[in-house]
Amino acid sequence: MVTITELPTRPRDVRPRRRIGMRQRLGRWDVKVSPYLYISPFFVLFAITGLFPLLYTAVVSLHKWNLLTGEGPFVGLKNYVDVLHQPFFWKALRNTFSIFALSTIPQIIIALVIAAVLNANLRARTFWRMGVLVPYVVAPVAVAMIFGQIFSDQSGMMNAILSKVGISPVGWHSNVLASHLAIANMVNYRWTGYNTLVILAAMQAIPNLIFVIITSTIGGLQIFDEPTMFDQQNSATTAGGADGQFVTVTMYLYQLGWGSQNNLGRSAAVAWLLFLVILAISLVNYWFTNRIASDSGAVRRARKVRS
Amino acid sequence: MSAPSIPSIEQFAGRGAARAAARRQNHRGSGAERRPRWLTYTILTIVLLIAIYPLYYAFLIASSTKEDVARHPIPSLVPGSHLFENMLSVINSDIGFWSALVNSIIVSTVTAVSVVLFSTLAGYSFAKLRFRGRGPLLVFVIATTAIPTQLGVVPLFLVMKQLHLIGKLPAVILPALVTAFGVFWMTQYLEGALPYELIEAARVDGASMFRTFWSIALPAARPAATMLGLFAFVANWTNYFWPLVVLGAVPGRTTLPVALKMLQAHYYADYSQVMAGVFVSVLPLLVMFILAGRQLVSGIMQGAVKG
Repeated sequence: MVTITELPTRPRDVRPRRRIGMRQRLGRWDVKVSPYLYISPFFVLFAITGLFPLLYTAVVSLHKWNLLTGEGPFVGLKNYVDVLHQPFFWKALRNTFSIFALSTIPQIIIALVIAAVLNANLRARTFWRMGVLVPYVVAPVAVAMIFGQIFSDQSGMMNAILSKVGISPVGWHSNVLASHLAIANMVNYRWTGYNTLVILAAMQAIPNLIFVIITSTIGGLQIFDEPTMFDQQNSATTAGGADGQFVTVTMYLYQLGWGSQNNLGRSAAVAWLLFLVILAISLVNYWFTNRIASDSGAVRRARKVRS
Repeated sequence: MSAPSIPSIEQFAGRGAARAAARRQNHRGSGAERRPRWLTYTILTIVLLIAIYPLYYAFLIASSTKEDVARHPIPSLVPGSHLFENMLSVINSDIGFWSALVNSIIVSTVTAVSVVLFSTLAGYSFAKLRFRGRGPLLVFVIATTAIPTQLGVVPLFLVMKQLHLIGKLPAVILPALVTAFGVFWMTQYLEGALPYELIEAARVDGASMFRTFWSIALPAARPAATMLGLFAFVANWTNYFWPLVVLGAVPGRTTLPVALKMLQAHYYADYSQVMAGVFVSVLPLLVMFILAGRQLVSGIMQGAVKG
């Protein structure tokens, strides 16, 4: 590249030469700075809308902070003590983990099976793959409204089918475990097909994609849309069932901050607690996948030596 | 798994074994050893029916009346005749349907275009340009996909308040302008899809760094970029939590998912109206999916194969 720009020389004329020099310097600056310039939008945006808010959550959680009146005095760990003394918080944590387990485990197993089936030498391959992806374009909110009706306690289709085969109706909205099953069903409906295709892609080439799937699955601990919509009678600021039987941590966080209490300090404390939980699980997962990766790497090395 | 190469098999086990191994390898490339039998297609058909039925159920309920729903919890497979009536009453209800639709279109379109542009820029830089810190910075980008940024909601809300953006669309658009997944995805794709020779040729011809990106990298990135754009569109069209927090459940200034929750809370006794709302909100994405789904699916696989 550099040699090309040195080619056109006009010995007698001085001014054009200086201009070439300028352009050369500009060009070198262009080569040096452009890579950083191109990746900067992500880093700037992540710093402002991702990293800073997450870290500043810790600061807000140590203050009395009202949605309407703003920042109050420093209160130390009071918000955490308050939150941890609320039975509602523990209920929300229990619900979150229960829904998470009921949705993640069957979903990954089913996705692996469908991915294996789709990996066969199929006729009309694209058609089947598209069919699997259909639920992904339906918003979680819409999915929850449809399944909320199917799992309605009185006039729902699921209970009608159950009574036809002689099973007494289930309180899908009132019973704790039943409501978790119904909500997990919504999550599974929307995400199984998507994860099937991603697993299929990962099987065929990209190993890093496995990391992305697992982290997005752990992100499922922030579930909000489905349980909020599953409560058909209440607005988002009070949703979660009459007795909080399917309120989740993120719903609790929202209701503390933007519900009648307007307590952003406590809301931030809940957010930070959930963040620590997710961080801990992610680290365990990272350690675990790393071990698996290095183990299979060792196997591969051993095989190579043998052959 | 590292299988022994065909020439080495020929050397150690004879020509017949090598031919058999080659045949096996060719088959593995296109999927399974032979065409799958009816069991595979039965499983896939069941999966497809499960994927489609809830949407059809919403359509069935949306085309009937409140009384039909109460009388027949299991709807007949033939739709009723009240679809347009129900859709009209959703459109004319007090949830601000048209403005919610327009807002959703604006948010999804702007973010999709911006995600594609910024992710391709960053992906091009990571995949094809050499600069100091490239490796660690890329690892950082992938690691950020594990960070639950939704939990920074309280400070992010405060940032938007400082910027006087509460209740305004830029507050929804700003955090979604570029994603870590997008950067990772375009890096993977461009690594394989864009030959260095093309970039060098453009540089030798005197194109600036940005000109090279614009006329060489961007066109080469088109298949993966189309897919990324569609995914970003869907993600923002279906997003509920952040628009709810920053726009609020206020008719006229929200997006469709938030408006749907208002519809549900106002009309929870009339399921056919609620389902009409669901149907109207799902329809645009469903049409888009039927038109572009082939690209969406092949995009996932293509990105995988090239990566």
